[in-house]
Amino acid sequence: MDITTKMPHQSWGQKYHIKTLSLVLLTVGLVLLSAQVSGVDLAMFFTNIDQFTNLLVRMSHPDWAYVTIIWQPILETLQMAIIGTTIGTLFAVPFAFLAASNIVKNSWLHGLVRFFLDLVRTLPDLLLAAIFVAVFGIGSTAGVVTLAIFSFGMISKLFYEVIETIDDGPIEAMESVGANKLQVVHMAVLPQVLNPFISYFLYTLEINVRASTVLGYLGAGGIGVYLQRSLNEFDYSQTAAIIIMTLVVVLVINVLSDYLRERLV
Amino acid sequence: MEKSPELEIKKGYYDRYGWLVWALIILVVYGWALKGLKLSGIQASAGSVSKSILAGIFHPDWAYVYNGSGEDLVSLILQTLAIAFLGTIISAFISVPFAFWAARGGHEKWRLRSGSGKLVLTLIRTFPEIVLAIMFIKAVGPGSYAGVLAVSVHSVGMLGKLFSEAIENMDNGAEEAIVSVGGNASQVFMLATLPTIMPEFISYTLYRFEIAVRSATILGMVGAGGIGTPMLFAIQTRNWPRVGIILLGIVIMVLMIDSLSGQLRKKLV
Amino acid sequence: MEAKSIIEFKDVNKIYDNGTVGLKDINLTVQPGEFLVVVGLSGAGKSTLMRTINQMHRPSSGSVLVDGVEVTDLKGRALRELRRKVGMIFQNFNLVKRTTVEHNVLSGKISYYPTWKSLLNLYTKADKLQAAEALDRVNLLEKLYMRADQLSGGQQQRVAIARTLMQDPKIILADEPIASLDPLTTRAVMNDLKKLNQEDGITVVVNLHSVPLALEYADRIVGMRAGQLVYDEPINRVTESDLNAIYQSV
Repeated sequence: MDITTKMPHQSWGQKYHIKTLSLVLLTVGLVLLSAQVSGVDLAMFFTNIDQFTNLLVRMSHPDWAYVTIIWQPILETLQMAIIGTTIGTLFAVPFAFLAASNIVKNSWLHGLVRFFLDLVRTLPDLLLAAIFVAVFGIGSTAGVVTLAIFSFGMISKLFYEVIETIDDGPIEAMESVGANKLQVVHMAVLPQVLNPFISYFLYTLEINVRASTVLGYLGAGGIGVYLQRSLNEFDYSQTAAIIIMTLVVVLVINVLSDYLRERLV
Repeated sequence: MEKSPELEIKKGYYDRYGWLVWALIILVVYGWALKGLKLSGIQASAGSVSKSILAGIFHPDWAYVYNGSGEDLVSLILQTLAIAFLGTIISAFISVPFAFWAARGGHEKWRLRSGSGKLVLTLIRTFPEIVLAIMFIKAVGPGSYAGVLAVSVHSVGMLGKLFSEAIENMDNGAEEAIVSVGGNASQVFMLATLPTIMPEFISYTLYRFEIAVRSATILGMVGAGGIGTPMLFAIQTRNWPRVGIILLGIVIMVLMIDSLSGQLRKKLV
Repeated sequence: MEAKSIIEFKDVNKIYDNGTVGLKDINLTVQPGEFLVVVGLSGAGKSTLMRTINQMHRPSSGSVLVDGVEVTDLKGRALRELRRKVGMIFQNFNLVKRTTVEHNVLSGKISYYPTWKSLLNLYTKADKLQAAEALDRVNLLEKLYMRADQLSGGQQQRVAIARTLMQDPKIILADEPIASLDPLTTRAVMNDLKKLNQEDGITVVVNLHSVPLALEYADRIVGMRAGQLVYDEPINRVTESDLNAIYQSV
């Protein structure tokens, strides 16, 4: 018997992979459109390549003497990150509980809280910094407030996701003996979430140390102030020294935080 | 439950007093951070400025939304999205070889290859994006092009890491099958490795796009195109209704992109 | 009548890079058309033994002859041609999940095509018809254009069998083919293998955990423990207590 008579019917769309093909075409179209909107011109990059390499050459000779001057602002950056992250976390904890669907059963309420948190998370750190420099004036206060709000948005989301994955057993047990909401949180929820909370706190601190190094670029304190100064004065050997020093500090903080987080698990 | 006294003693000083050490360390760290930080720099006008900002946000400059000049909110938001999109796509292509470089293979003895790859990716990730943008402005002049280049290079740090983890955790069954039917190395890669890993790569690229949209909004603050430039200008000239409408535009753009990309990513897995 | 053997192991040893002994002094001859079942605990070396036949694993010493050809030093094209005539079935089916059943079955033929043609699905009409026939033999023709990950585990394993059929294999190696399946689909897969063995005369080597299934399907049973062959009998001389002894820990 001829096998072709038994073969299932293949639709036109399946045969020519219409779905995949149109997705690929759509992507290519968007790429071309974006290239046009943003004025990307490969040739331009290569005609100016000598300027770029010149800059790289100057950056490859870091001004090591400058390190003694920038040491203090780098530490200030770290202090900003620690305080900012801590303030943000303190505010985030109650919001995380309100946003967790297994704590707040009212879906209307935790939906509203989540939407508020989503709103907070839409704003990038440097944008917040620009606004808070306008409010508080130039200095590290603006930086701390920026980092506090930024970590609030991030931590509250990470925390409520942790809370939602906990084991319900202890909660039911506490509810069955007539405990109120706060007692349930204290006795049944906190013990389960403490370690992941600390771990995510350290993770956010890591990210904030990285972020805080550039906040000063807009006047929000720390090493970024010096970064901006060196770039404005075209002193790229100083820029290189700053970048290398912040790289070192960020890497040390990463290693420390990784070590602590591994111990927590 | 009974515990013998000997066991209690064996628990040792560390277990009993360890938390004290930690408490002390934490106290010292916070003491140092609070003492060193000069938070006195709050200007006298802080209250009135906050009031005018809030007033501006509640009375946004609607006329700025679209005026056909190409310098209005809608045009610049689209430009921001273009920077983020193009930068992310370019970065995704650059990230693939980096990811295979940094992914741990089964037979590697000293992990020199993957270790060096991971280190390079960490360095790229830590290099501040706005410094990259400023460097590229030197090469191609101020504007979106510099922004695209900054996003393309900076995103490699994170995408390369995510991709390499996807490769490490990949189920290599399909590869094994193509080897077993006599496929050559390029057939194994094109017919088994890529189709298996592609959905994850695309999902991570979408995720990175969400982040790139946020960074593209601030790259303009150093002159690398998009909505950041007029935003910074409006803040510096204290044009709060203008700040209000731009903030609104950014919030709506980010929320829309996040939910769109989130839905696409859910479909992929 | 003395038939020429199709697989022959001579003093084969395999020691992994980390020092683990995979195979130790293996001597084994398989006749064409045999249905050989290899039993033993996990980690006893069954998978390693199987993978030295198509050289997915290289032995450390000794020689392996497949269809009269020494395979341990094959490279490149010659190695791929060996694998072309040895089909392999895996515990986890190993299909490319996000592509169609047809693509997966046709991938059994890719050693005949350059990469770009296999990538663009430019297979010949004859091969496409053969793929349909192969699927028909495992009763899955109606799934031809479906995506592989929409099929059940047993169906996926039968697609994998159809894939090996595309190779027109002389030998089929099946590494724990039913370990991820439920009892009902287990029978369907084992029956398919037996059918290919009896109707097409394909030599079948199967690694199994299940003693009852080994007794039911095998022509001959080989037992392994700690990388060594510890048992080798034709089915009419095998007793269940022999097999249980193989599973006793040392």
